Amino acid sequence: MTVFILRRLMQTLLVLAATSLLVFFGLYVIGDPVEILVNPVADEVEKARARAALGLDKPIIEQYWVFLKGAVTGELGTSFVFGRPAMEVILERMPATLELAFLAMVMAVALGVPLGLYAGLRPNSWPAKTIMAASIVGFSLPTFWVGLLLILVFAVQLGWLPSTGRGPTQEVLGLQISILHWEGLKYALLPALNLALFKLSLIIRLTRAQVREQSLLDYIKFARAKGLPRHRVIGVHLLKNILIPLITVIGLELGSVIAFAVVTETIFAWPGMGKLVIDSIFQLDRPVVVAYLMMIVFMFILINLVVDLAYSALDPRVRLAEHR
Amino acid sequence: MKPSNVLPGWLTAAALALTLALSPAAPAAAQELVVGLSTPVTSLDPHFHNLTPNNNVADHVFEKLVTKDAKEQLRPGLAESWKALDELTWEFRLRKGVKWHDGSDFTAADVIESIKRIPTVPNSPASFATYTRPIESVTAPNPLTLRIKTVRPHPLLPNDLVAVRIVPARLAAGAKTEEFNSGKLMVGTGPYKFKEYVAGDRVVLERNDAYWGAKPHWKTVRLRMIPNGPARVAALLAGDVQMIEAVPTADIARLEKDPKVAVASAVSNRLIYLHMDSDRNVSPFVTGKDGKPLDRNPFRDVRVRKAVSLAIDRFAIADRIMEKQAQPAGQLLPEFFPGTSKRLTPPRQDLEAARKLLAEAGYPNGFAVTLHAPNNRYINDEKTAQAITGMLNRAGIETRLEAMPSTVFFSRAGKLEFSFFLAGWGAETGETSSPLRALIGSFNAQTGMGQANRGRFSDPGLDAIILTAMTHIDDGKRNLMLAAASDKAIGELQAIIPVHYEVSSWGLRRGLAYTGRADQYTYAFEVRPGK
Repeated sequence: MTVFILRRLMQTLLVLAATSLLVFFGLYVIGDPVEILVNPVADEVEKARARAALGLDKPIIEQYWVFLKGAVTGELGTSFVFGRPAMEVILERMPATLELAFLAMVMAVALGVPLGLYAGLRPNSWPAKTIMAASIVGFSLPTFWVGLLLILVFAVQLGWLPSTGRGPTQEVLGLQISILHWEGLKYALLPALNLALFKLSLIIRLTRAQVREQSLLDYIKFARAKGLPRHRVIGVHLLKNILIPLITVIGLELGSVIAFAVVTETIFAWPGMGKLVIDSIFQLDRPVVVAYLMMIVFMFILINLVVDLAYSALDPRVRLAEHR
Repeated sequence: MKPSNVLPGWLTAAALALTLALSPAAPAAAQELVVGLSTPVTSLDPHFHNLTPNNNVADHVFEKLVTKDAKEQLRPGLAESWKALDELTWEFRLRKGVKWHDGSDFTAADVIESIKRIPTVPNSPASFATYTRPIESVTAPNPLTLRIKTVRPHPLLPNDLVAVRIVPARLAAGAKTEEFNSGKLMVGTGPYKFKEYVAGDRVVLERNDAYWGAKPHWKTVRLRMIPNGPARVAALLAGDVQMIEAVPTADIARLEKDPKVAVASAVSNRLIYLHMDSDRNVSPFVTGKDGKPLDRNPFRDVRVRKAVSLAIDRFAIADRIMEKQAQPAGQLLPEFFPGTSKRLTPPRQDLEAARKLLAEAGYPNGFAVTLHAPNNRYINDEKTAQAITGMLNRAGIETRLEAMPSTVFFSRAGKLEFSFFLAGWGAETGETSSPLRALIGSFNAQTGMGQANRGRFSDPGLDAIILTAMTHIDDGKRNLMLAAASDKAIGELQAIIPVHYEVSSWGLRRGLAYTGRADQYTYAFEVRPGK
């Protein structure tokens, strides 16, 4: 087990190094940040000064070397646009994205698993057919369109919920969290719903497929023949077995929700990391993009590790063997 | 579309009941103004990043010696009056009785320290030093008088000082940008005091009751950043914000019809124009219609340049593409700006004349060219370029369009990779010397002339007129020469092809009024109740 985790750690470092290299040179190739950042009235003297100030006058290899030296000590560069450490800028907005992702995931799982279960257990009833049809709509509609529609219906026409922005926050364990009280939660409902729609559809369909497959197996028949009550058959035995693929998908989707909630954050003006990174790409703010992507890669690897560990906990047949 | 047409009756009733129970608290009437801005600020430090959103927010808290009115003409700010004592010396008389937000008095020492601080701000991606570099020394014969000496005659010193925001002297030394962002150093003389800043989300300000000027109307101002256009409009319609800037052109008609909102517009100082490679003999993206390179560059011939200008129907573009949010342009700035010519008007499309000029220049069958344009920088930039492409094709010039994100576009344009491209220029100084020197003056890395002249157009006679004009401290003389320079640059030489001036628009809830500004700034302290 420890060897497994250690091997994972080493792979992590390799992937992080490769990511930083790719992103660094990729952004360098796109264009010159100074042309974007500097005010159009600036002349050559000003552009040269800006280049020197941002360290862009050195050859690219040297810039990468400076970055690596800093990365080893945890310093991932200073943002060109903000003039502050890139990690600081990202971490400042992380609670906003995390709470949105968390809320979306909770919505998706809390609604998706029961609905999927129902659709799987009574596949030919009309509620089940409605659920399945709705799930197709759910993952076909583009996120930005659904987002604008939600704003139009719930904020403009009905006026039930605020249209954009993040609500007032409270300090919890040193972080600014807004969803723990209704004042802040009502701002998060629409963006979380928007974000959750795709995952919801996915989870419904996956759960239903798993239920269909598992409920035909012998052990379910045996459990029923044994005389176990229905809620125990479904709630304990069936659920545990469908959880494994479900957890894999939820883990991956959680990662992607945190990393790429850009569209939802843009539409709802939610001050999270996704919006930050897309703006940084457009402004060629290389330190922020590199720091962000490295962090995301690390997070995905971590989630993967947790999922694998959860696997072995849930399914006694799975061993985290060394020759994987 | 009224709700009763969309939802069945019982649903509407239920919705209404639920709305009354759940509606978000509306801001206390006449006390709080919530504004939806279109671009997030990157920092609250007024000397760190010369970026429009940063300057916009800074102007609520900090002030400058000279300020601009809605038509971008100079007005007294912290300086009551100014005059040039001689070619190199200016005297500014400062306003009496101005107090900082912490109660102390404003004096000349504050200005001196602010000007000293600007070139020293570390890591600045777009420094304000461009405006302080012409200044050789600043002295204060008494606490309310300032003497500024410039390195060379600099008639635009007052215009440049509009960008220099004044911070308190005792805080300026050693001030760090982070301390502005945290609010610690946000002490200004402006109509609003700093209250809160959440990065990427909002800036909250409260009224400065000790303000020297007109008493600000709103007790609290929340500046919210809502970068997505449709979402911003939705926020205005929902009443979550009372004012928005940068209304997407497609929504303006709808807002004008809505009884709950109103639209304020103003023509801005931003010119959208076409730049042509007027320097190289062989240009990368210009070929004959057969694809083979030509023996000379057609854009070097003034008749070809004029033909291209005549082929464009500016009025159709302004009407259909820009949905009336543009004013067709015949020169570098709208006519009410100083330094513009009374003789240049936007030409009407004339395909016959265009074809004739092309034939005269030796291209009876036209030629082939690629037009490059950004697709996310100016309002409807790609659509405008598409329209121009179509018009040029009708005139016999086979044109292809290549649009790209502004990051790639400006990098490549800066490296002179294009032959023919669409770009924009906002004249910060509020007069025509800005575009004349930056876009049309011959490129000179030492003097800083032609810094955005990516077509490398060069006419020594024109340069001479511009340079001589800039030695005249007297506004009248200088503006006359600049008007003559505009005449020559556009009317005679067609150095660039002006297409239109952007019209900026603001959306407001009924009952609020805002006079649109030519510099596209959104000042919450200029919003007042009324029609």
